[in-house]
Amino acid sequence: MSKLHVTTSVNGEPVEFLCDPSASMLDALRGPLGLTGTKEGCGTGDCGACSITVDGRLVCACLMLAVESEGHEIGTIEGMAKGDHLHPLQQKFLEMAALQCGICTPGMLMASRALLEKNPNPTEEEVRFGLAGNLCRCTGYDKIVRAVLETAAEMRGAA
Amino acid sequence: MNEMSNKWIGKNTIRPDGADKVTGRAQYSADNVMPGMVWGKLLRSPHAHARIRSIDTSKAEALPGVKAVVTAKDIVEFPLDKSVMLGIQDMRWMCRNVMAREKALFHGHAVAAVAAISEEVAAHACSLIEVDYEVLPHVIEIEDAIKPDAPILHEWNQFEGKPSNIAGTMVLKTGDVEAGFAEADIVIERSFKTRPVHQGYIEPHACTVSYAADGRVTIWSSSQGQFMVRAMTSLLTGIPQSDIRAIPAEIGGGFGGKTIIYLEPVAVMLSKKSGRPVKMVMTREEVQRATGPAPGSLSTVKIGAKKDGTIVAAKGTFYLQAGGLPGSPLRGPVGCSFAQYAIPNVLSVGYDVVSNRSKVAAYRAPGAPLGAFATECVLDEIAEKLGLDPLEMRLKNSAKAGDKAIYGPTFGAVTFKETVEAIRHHPHYSAPMDKNPRPGVKRGRGVASGFWYNAGGESSVQVNITEDGNVLVTTGHPDVGGSRASISNVVAELLGVDHARVNVMIGDTQTIGFSNLTGGSRVTFASALVATSATEKVIGDLRARAAKIWNIDAEAVKWQDGMALPAGDNAGKFPPLSLKELAAKANEMGGPIGTQVQLNTTGADPGFATHCVDVEVDVDLGIVRVLRYTAAQDVGRALHPAYVEGQIQGGVVQGIGWALSEEYLYDAKGRVDNAAFLDYRMPVCSDVPMIEPVMLEIPNPKHPQGVRGVGEAPIVPPLAAIANAVHDALGVRFYELPMSPPKVSARLEEAV
Repeated sequence: MSKLHVTTSVNGEPVEFLCDPSASMLDALRGPLGLTGTKEGCGTGDCGACSITVDGRLVCACLMLAVESEGHEIGTIEGMAKGDHLHPLQQKFLEMAALQCGICTPGMLMASRALLEKNPNPTEEEVRFGLAGNLCRCTGYDKIVRAVLETAAEMRGAA
Repeated sequence: MNEMSNKWIGKNTIRPDGADKVTGRAQYSADNVMPGMVWGKLLRSPHAHARIRSIDTSKAEALPGVKAVVTAKDIVEFPLDKSVMLGIQDMRWMCRNVMAREKALFHGHAVAAVAAISEEVAAHACSLIEVDYEVLPHVIEIEDAIKPDAPILHEWNQFEGKPSNIAGTMVLKTGDVEAGFAEADIVIERSFKTRPVHQGYIEPHACTVSYAADGRVTIWSSSQGQFMVRAMTSLLTGIPQSDIRAIPAEIGGGFGGKTIIYLEPVAVMLSKKSGRPVKMVMTREEVQRATGPAPGSLSTVKIGAKKDGTIVAAKGTFYLQAGGLPGSPLRGPVGCSFAQYAIPNVLSVGYDVVSNRSKVAAYRAPGAPLGAFATECVLDEIAEKLGLDPLEMRLKNSAKAGDKAIYGPTFGAVTFKETVEAIRHHPHYSAPMDKNPRPGVKRGRGVASGFWYNAGGESSVQVNITEDGNVLVTTGHPDVGGSRASISNVVAELLGVDHARVNVMIGDTQTIGFSNLTGGSRVTFASALVATSATEKVIGDLRARAAKIWNIDAEAVKWQDGMALPAGDNAGKFPPLSLKELAAKANEMGGPIGTQVQLNTTGADPGFATHCVDVEVDVDLGIVRVLRYTAAQDVGRALHPAYVEGQIQGGVVQGIGWALSEEYLYDAKGRVDNAAFLDYRMPVCSDVPMIEPVMLEIPNPKHPQGVRGVGEAPIVPPLAAIANAVHDALGVRFYELPMSPPKVSARLEEAV
């Protein structure tokens, strides 16, 4: 089967790649695009480790065909920091030990950012439901929820 | 000992690997590629139990794009009659687990592997492999596997003179248990059932392997021990350890499940045969079907006590579900279930039962939670019947220093009581509770305790001072939960330098000395111990160098705040020499500064935990929700408190999943019916509350910083604590896990 040519934008940069028609966006990111920060935990949209944004909307990259990215704006964990300037969520996750093994962290951060963009002042319950699609087996979620709440408070203060 | 300013130990520093992990740069197992790499795929058994008559790989080998095919013939065979152990793993079972030999023992058991130019071609080639199976009757559940007419998995295995699925036993005893029960005022005996649960690490097993033309092998994979990867791969491939470089990738969770290997020896043989680097990545479905969960169990616990609550006798019988090959963690329930109590008469017996499901692997305090579930629920019932506070009852029976533990040694300090007291005095335990807050909703509170052995063992570390006067620490232990941060705190503290000047790396098998697995709650204990020893040696060397420069005795030089100073006025007056200055003079003063320390560490005192939980039960829907959770544990000393808390919080939530929602479902053909995270229901963020850790820092006198292992004890009490809370809410005791909505509903209907 011949490969398809896709033109899209990843983290603000125009990119082109070739992929099989059946390839997922996750395959494309981790394969031809070399962006392995997006993780595969299940491949069935249950764990959220591959969370990315498509035109700002949170999506599991494993549930999206790579060809569907044509003409859209894809955001991945690699685009979250600006150079060596970490996003406030990234900084807070580090300060508050909101990661242990770190495999869920890219997806967790992408989901947290999408949540705060929609709701800059979430309650604990809103954070918990906002991140319910992202499995973490190490932390018991406590420090993740606290880090998101704390970041939200700081970002509101700074705004 | 050098003066301690305590500037870094006990501080929540930012972990050395942190920035990489929040930016997506950290390299996990599946993130690696090698030039010229091909893809490996496993063919797995479609049957739960089948004899393999023959395997014909010719059609697969003929498929264009296929580079190699491997079967059990390519893996070193360990004969059934001779045990060859690597740690607690028997190579007879490991060689048959990575590749089915005489029989496929569970649905999903690997039977052959293919390397091809793409994953698609490899998968297609797998479908062309013809395996001639003689399908055999299968058995999944323990109660079925121990019946006299059960299908026998291993005909060579005898128990009490007959072929059996009971593959091993363990017995611990003290006193005379029957005489003890005769003295008791109250005796309660209950039977319990728990289901196998998966460790649930989010990162599936993966590896990239290169077998070079000179026979040297490089393995890039994540595991809980690169040295285990090297040793087990060496045993299963026949390649000497000196020729295998196992590079530890960042590990995306293990919880015990990555203390053994599945892919690496297969990938090595595929790479050897194909002449190409080979990458293998399991799917989640493969992880759920074919990698080791914790065992399910059938337990009976009988406890006898006096009216005042003094326990006089206890008997535990624990049947554990090993999976297709022997190796249940019997020492978990057999040794831990009664360990924190001083009981004069104990008989604790475990049975290792094989059945047609994937072979178990370690999972956080292996076996201990299911034992504690039984014991701590029976204790709760006795306390209830005697009208005693359940914590008082535990205090009354606490083991103490000098008592002989049932598993052998004599206890040093026993800090169990402190954990019970911490819960007893915590506001949670006395907080008012509305037990019936609204119609159809009931609330309850439960407590339970737990014990874990903890461990020391082999650990190696290098501490090197760089030419520019900074510090590089190399450890041999994969870091799953922040151990690099803890080591960095210790070394920065001892050297008196800023934390940011200490970098901690994990060495591969050919660059750092042997270090045992990251498991058993041992790594922070062991690595802090060797890091301390190495850093003190380095400091001794630095003082000697300063003494030489000043032409005074080394004893007259002290090390403080990252500088060598004259120890007192008598030593003379010299301007301090900083680490940077001494590093700059290294070559003229004796050469590079640094050392390696390799020890078999000892002195890991056990871990004790006591938990308190509030639950709410929706009586109509059968849903149990955890409302509040407090977990007290003696942590010795928290080198990095936030990561110690994280161990406790994470362990508790895994315990909540075990208690309330996680289980494997099997269909009639013996296939796992819920091999995905959607149906294998681990707790998600909205399922749980904040988990409050109460860290008791009672220093372990046998460790330079007082460290005590932390990671495992937190998963021991939750199963029973939650069951006891559900009983408090409903007045109904659950003897079977998980207490999932259908089961709670069914039980409540039964009770009406």
